[in-house]
Amino acid sequence: MSVVSPIREHLVTGGKTYHDVTEDICRHVEAKPTKEWKIAFAISVLVLLYGGGWVLWTWWEGLGVWGLNKTVGWAWDITNFVWWVGIGHAGTLISAILLLFRQKWRTSINRAAEAMTIFAVLCAASFILMHMGRPWLAYWALPLPNTFGSLWVNFNSPLVWDVFAISTYFSVSCLFWFIGLIPDLATIRDRATGVRKTIYGALSLGWTGGARTWARYEDVSLILAGLSTPLVLSVHTIVSFDFATSVIPGWHTTIFPPYFVAGAIFSGFAMVQNLMLVTRVVYKLEDYITLEHISLMNKIITLTGSIVGVAYITEFFIAAYSGVEYEKYAFINRATGPLWWSYFGMMFCNVMSPQVFWFKKLRENIVVSFVIAVVVNIGMWFERFVIIVTSLHRDYLPSSWTYFTPRMGDIGDYLFSFGFFFTCFFLFSKFLPVINMAEVKAVLKSSSEKKSNH
Amino acid sequence: MTDNKYIVGIFNDEDVVMDAVQKIRSKGIKIHEVFCPYPVHGLDHALGYERPRMGVSAFLFGITGTCLAFLLTFWTLGIDWPMNIGGKNFFPFPTNIPIVFELTVLLAAFGMSFTFFFMEGLGPSVKPIIFDIRSTDDKFAMAIDLNKNTVSDSEITAFLSEFGAEEVNVKEV
Repeated sequence: MSVVSPIREHLVTGGKTYHDVTEDICRHVEAKPTKEWKIAFAISVLVLLYGGGWVLWTWWEGLGVWGLNKTVGWAWDITNFVWWVGIGHAGTLISAILLLFRQKWRTSINRAAEAMTIFAVLCAASFILMHMGRPWLAYWALPLPNTFGSLWVNFNSPLVWDVFAISTYFSVSCLFWFIGLIPDLATIRDRATGVRKTIYGALSLGWTGGARTWARYEDVSLILAGLSTPLVLSVHTIVSFDFATSVIPGWHTTIFPPYFVAGAIFSGFAMVQNLMLVTRVVYKLEDYITLEHISLMNKIITLTGSIVGVAYITEFFIAAYSGVEYEKYAFINRATGPLWWSYFGMMFCNVMSPQVFWFKKLRENIVVSFVIAVVVNIGMWFERFVIIVTSLHRDYLPSSWTYFTPRMGDIGDYLFSFGFFFTCFFLFSKFLPVINMAEVKAVLKSSSEKKSNH
Repeated sequence: MTDNKYIVGIFNDEDVVMDAVQKIRSKGIKIHEVFCPYPVHGLDHALGYERPRMGVSAFLFGITGTCLAFLLTFWTLGIDWPMNIGGKNFFPFPTNIPIVFELTVLLAAFGMSFTFFFMEGLGPSVKPIIFDIRSTDDKFAMAIDLNKNTVSDSEITAFLSEFGAEEVNVKEV
């Protein structure tokens, strides 16, 4: 007698066997790059080179190439940084938190999401280097002795916490990603010949998949997930401290840590959704990334979008309730001042647009999912822009009130990060398996259509 | 060099191999290892392995990280070059929690993972002994070392086939 669960759809459709999983996912690693891949890769590299030129110009000429002014001394650079770090939260969230919650649907998307995380964090780090102005002195952020030319770093500063948080997050994410890759690299090694066998052989560290190794591997994965969960929450908390520990009205709020973390999950899931919707079509992985996966991702997007919505309203309430004139003004100015359009963009994109996913039809519609995911990421960029620029552009002295207009330096540097991100992602999707084969095989028997035919 | 002769039973299904492991062990035959394309829950228990305790290494490395981070912040800001920042204490503990936390996680994660690589003998130049190349694809390979068993190879082969192996091969390493 077979029991059909009404709660969950099948995670893998198409009656796949273990061997089919290997074939379907190794295929794109082993085949020659397709024409579409080459075109997309070439475009990414061109954007990277164009933006890279602007980054070099920024370093050569100085931060004057940006649209900053005396009042707004921090704008697109930090907006882009926070935006990319936020996007970089989804990977570890999917693999760590969903692993702890035993959410099996993560298996099809965790690999690509983790890769995306690593590239997004690198993009974020590039903005730190850019707005240091003198990137060759970046090592001054590390705790080096004062005989080296400077004092010890100030460990009381949230900017130093950021250095530690982001470098730890980056290293641990890379480790988690690599450990997840080892068994799949061994699968590719055992199918490969020649140079490829040597390369994938070295990368797979001599993995054989013995039962004892697997048992310890599972233990390591679980503990890494346990360590990464507070880590991922700490990273955006500390990023929010960059603002929250200041005394600028509009930044100086205790709601920032949870609000930033929710926003990070929100934007990260939207980016994963975009990448997976494209990947599943290009690599014909519709049986692995099913409508069920898309629908579940959309549910999380709606939930976290609503959480940030509540946070936006709470900020307003607290500003009004505080009775502090400057605090009240900062928020009224945010919504009705000269930058009202960015506030409207944020509210519309982040709070209203994901509400369409309350309807099952729209939640399982690929085009709608893709469009809303793009809209969400635009909205999350606006959120950071709103927090940063609208809090700064009208300070305590009305004679110094200004407006912010980006210049080509801002735009060029932002383009660089897109070029870098997509170049990395295309390289990843060509040379490494985009889906975790071992984990998909592990859930195949319990959650595919042909339960007993393997 | 001594030649080790292994009998390798190839299985198709995780439940069959789990069942076979229990039956083979009940015949008093020692199993060298079972190689699987993905983690099969409970297989390590069926093979009589101890529960993995990687958490011990994570804890030890983590606590090392905590101590190092605490010493770093305390020594630099409290002893080596105290700075007056807003008239506050030279070493306010709460503001050092982020650094202590991050370094704890960093050392725990890397320490445990490298302990795992060390314990399992994994490394970029390792040439693994592969009993059956399909065990990273879709088959489960049970390897039995003949030198460590008193049961004859024909009997082992017969048992493996009886307990569901779809092929039985001999591999000399």
